[in-house]
Amino acid sequence: MTGAGPKILAPGEQRLPGGFDPRRLRQEFPIFASNPDLVFLDSGASAQKPASVIDRVADYYRTDYANVHRGVYRLSARSTDLFEQARVKVQRFLNAADAREVVFVRGATEAINLVAQSWGGAFLEAGDEILISELEHHSNIVPWQLLRDRVGIRLVVAPIDATGGLDVAAFAARLSPRTRLVAVTHLANATGALVPIETVVELAHRAGARVLVDGCQAAPRLQVDVQALGCDFYAFSGHKTYGPTGIGVLWGRHELLAAMPPWQGGGEMILNVTFEKTLYQEPPHRFEAGTPDISGAIGLGTALDFIEELGRDNILEHEEALTGYGVDRLSRIPGLQLVGAGQRRLGILSFDLEGIHPHDVATVLDRHHVAVRAGHHCAQPLLDKLGLGATTRASLGVYNDERDIDALAAAIEAAQEMFR
Amino acid sequence: MDLRDLYQDIILDHGRHPRNFRAIEHPTHTAQGHNPLCGDRVTVFLTLDGEQIADVAFQGRGCAISTAAASLMTEVLKGKTVEEARELFAHFHARVTGGNENPLPAPLADEMERLEPLTGVKAYPARVKCATLSWHALEAALQTDGATVKTE
Repeated sequence: MTGAGPKILAPGEQRLPGGFDPRRLRQEFPIFASNPDLVFLDSGASAQKPASVIDRVADYYRTDYANVHRGVYRLSARSTDLFEQARVKVQRFLNAADAREVVFVRGATEAINLVAQSWGGAFLEAGDEILISELEHHSNIVPWQLLRDRVGIRLVVAPIDATGGLDVAAFAARLSPRTRLVAVTHLANATGALVPIETVVELAHRAGARVLVDGCQAAPRLQVDVQALGCDFYAFSGHKTYGPTGIGVLWGRHELLAAMPPWQGGGEMILNVTFEKTLYQEPPHRFEAGTPDISGAIGLGTALDFIEELGRDNILEHEEALTGYGVDRLSRIPGLQLVGAGQRRLGILSFDLEGIHPHDVATVLDRHHVAVRAGHHCAQPLLDKLGLGATTRASLGVYNDERDIDALAAAIEAAQEMFR
Repeated sequence: MDLRDLYQDIILDHGRHPRNFRAIEHPTHTAQGHNPLCGDRVTVFLTLDGEQIADVAFQGRGCAISTAAASLMTEVLKGKTVEEARELFAHFHARVTGGNENPLPAPLADEMERLEPLTGVKAYPARVKCATLSWHALEAALQTDGATVKTE
């Protein structure tokens, strides 16, 4: 890598938050060379990819490709090693106790569906409760509704407080002896509200419930240590952590995964098949039926290397500083209302502009080369609660700096001028 | 393309001050349009007198484009027959999506002129649905008396 990581400063040079220069880091992201005017503020939807990830996926196909866990020949063994090494990289990234706790899936959505169908289907019964929060993405709502309709569980929702953060007291009050699982986001995608997972886990475990954390927005921004968090399942998507699309991770405690039945059948997940009876693999392969996204997993491993080399504390420092700058800059625009994100906001700035619909805002912003998301952000229940049909959302990545926020602010002011 | 080609004064005006923005208390036909992409909703109300549109109005929330499109739609439809309304929609749809247009008879061609400012969305593929949502709702109202249609 060039230009990233802690470096020695030249005399008179100011240390930037995180110790790296996003403008220089941008040179590692080919998308900005192809789109030099691009002000990309939509990493919350999907992050751009560094050249190391793009090249690794291409090189893998060029030099090491074969199916995994099958061939006797050396090329297949090499491919298998690379795939399993990627699993170890994920294990380290999450500080998981064991690489066998890392299941490769298509993304966080599939990870949550896996838990709902396998764990939920096997261990939950009518009347059991699953507690989620109002901050959730549709992918942490709908799988539980499907399970509810199949098994007859109750879906209970913990509200946000007046500031937009999880109301911890109300959350605690909704835990009951029937609560079997708490499923919450680590960082709300629609608002950037950080959820105190340690507190949630402590309360949930005391009530005898397991905890699943949707880490989509947190994984690229925070140090995630599943052992320190104490949760039972953790899900994230590769494409939001600067990796390829189509790959994601479900981490689960080994004893939980080992007790869970398969959720999809096929090759790769079996030990022995006869027409009478099939024996299944141990986790994680039990949950990886069919040929996996091998190049995606290897590309994800490279993306996690990129994050680790940059330094996760550095990334957090960078995102916190830029979030603060964004809050400060946007708050000074009359008629702009930032959507509340509780006590701690990170990486996401969601806002409402008085009298201007988010779609119109986003169209004007696009003409100023500012890419943001406009809509309900797959969190319709949350926006309904906030009394908003839609918002405009800017979300940050390692390649963003204050100039991007300034460009955003200028484009917002141009939109206000047009719709005055 | 300049933003002003999309947001022409007439669009901004109808977006800010939509015409026929009200409910009809006893419509003969009504339907809701829903854009799942942004959550926008529009309800179209119609009073038919035989085959003629005696009154048409709408309510809902949406962006400047969808509000202006619904407003202009109600203006051109009043007094038209159902058949003419469908012809206008087919023509308008073709204009904003780049499809084939059938020539319109003279009086309808004049009405189409009034919808012309909306055709700027052609250059903004993500916004075409905003311009057609109310028309889809109109079509649903004429067909089914009250379903919700999506712009998908």
